Amino acid sequence: MIALSDYLILSSIVFCIGLAGIFINRTNIIMLLMCVELILAAVNTNFIAFSYYGGDLAGQIFVFFILTVAAAEVAIGLAILTLMFRSRGSIDIDVTNTLKG
Amino acid sequence: MEFSSILFYVFSFFFIVSSIMMITSRNTAKAALFLILTFFSAASLWLLLEAEFLAITLILIYVGAVMVLFMFVIKMLDTDKSTLRAQFTRYLPLGIFVSIIVIAQMVLVLNAGQFDLAMTGVPEKHDASYSNITAIAEQLYTLYVYPFELAAILLLIAIIAAITLVHRNESRSKKQNISEQINVQAKDRMRMASIKPKSAKESK
Repeated sequence: MIALSDYLILSSIVFCIGLAGIFINRTNIIMLLMCVELILAAVNTNFIAFSYYGGDLAGQIFVFFILTVAAAEVAIGLAILTLMFRSRGSIDIDVTNTLKG
Repeated sequence: MEFSSILFYVFSFFFIVSSIMMITSRNTAKAALFLILTFFSAASLWLLLEAEFLAITLILIYVGAVMVLFMFVIKMLDTDKSTLRAQFTRYLPLGIFVSIIVIAQMVLVLNAGQFDLAMTGVPEKHDASYSNITAIAEQLYTLYVYPFELAAILLLIAIIAAITLVHRNESRSKKQNISEQINVQAKDRMRMASIKPKSAKESK
């Protein structure tokens, strides 16, 4: 029988893979957005595992709202990406240094 | 070993391997395809956890809408520039180092015994007449109806924001100018031309 800790370890491994993806793909904004999606999938797996083993549906409802917010985030993020490509001709994150941050 | 345990290990294997393939793939379109495989594995794991509604939602919304949006943007924009991959190896050791440390910490904490079956107990399987969608709907439309409405408004805001951001200026749009239409005079629109009729001899 699979225990709760197995699901938690699995989702923490995927979470860290997403984190490493942000590190090694730090110039490509599309890859950054996809790594954020990977991290969200890992976190949602955590929520659903707790919901199943705790016998409470609130975790699944929280995942439902996370999916909603993530869909909105992706839509706006890709719109900003399109704007950036239109004005600068590149989606390299090193080009976006206008604010000298 | 039970059949569901074997399924868990198979889906976990695909979950981890496809996410590693995603972050290390050099082509962004390939990375998006591996992310789709990752979502399918995650949905299968959620089915094992009896979250059928969310598993189907993940496939329908994420694979069906969000990843298609990603593929559109990847194909429209120029993502295959060599500068995008120039610093790939530079941050690879740091990324692996940080991930391994975080994974080791998580495994140490999670394997300490608070989350094993002796503490949580084996959750009972629901019978075949149990409907996950009905259970979620009962909670969502009573206890969580206010956040549900807020989520709908959030999606509306996202739609408006995305359209406003990428909408081009109005030079290409065709719209009416009402005051110009009302103030128009007959001489602006009509031109009197006197055309001489040709004689029968010339027309031959």
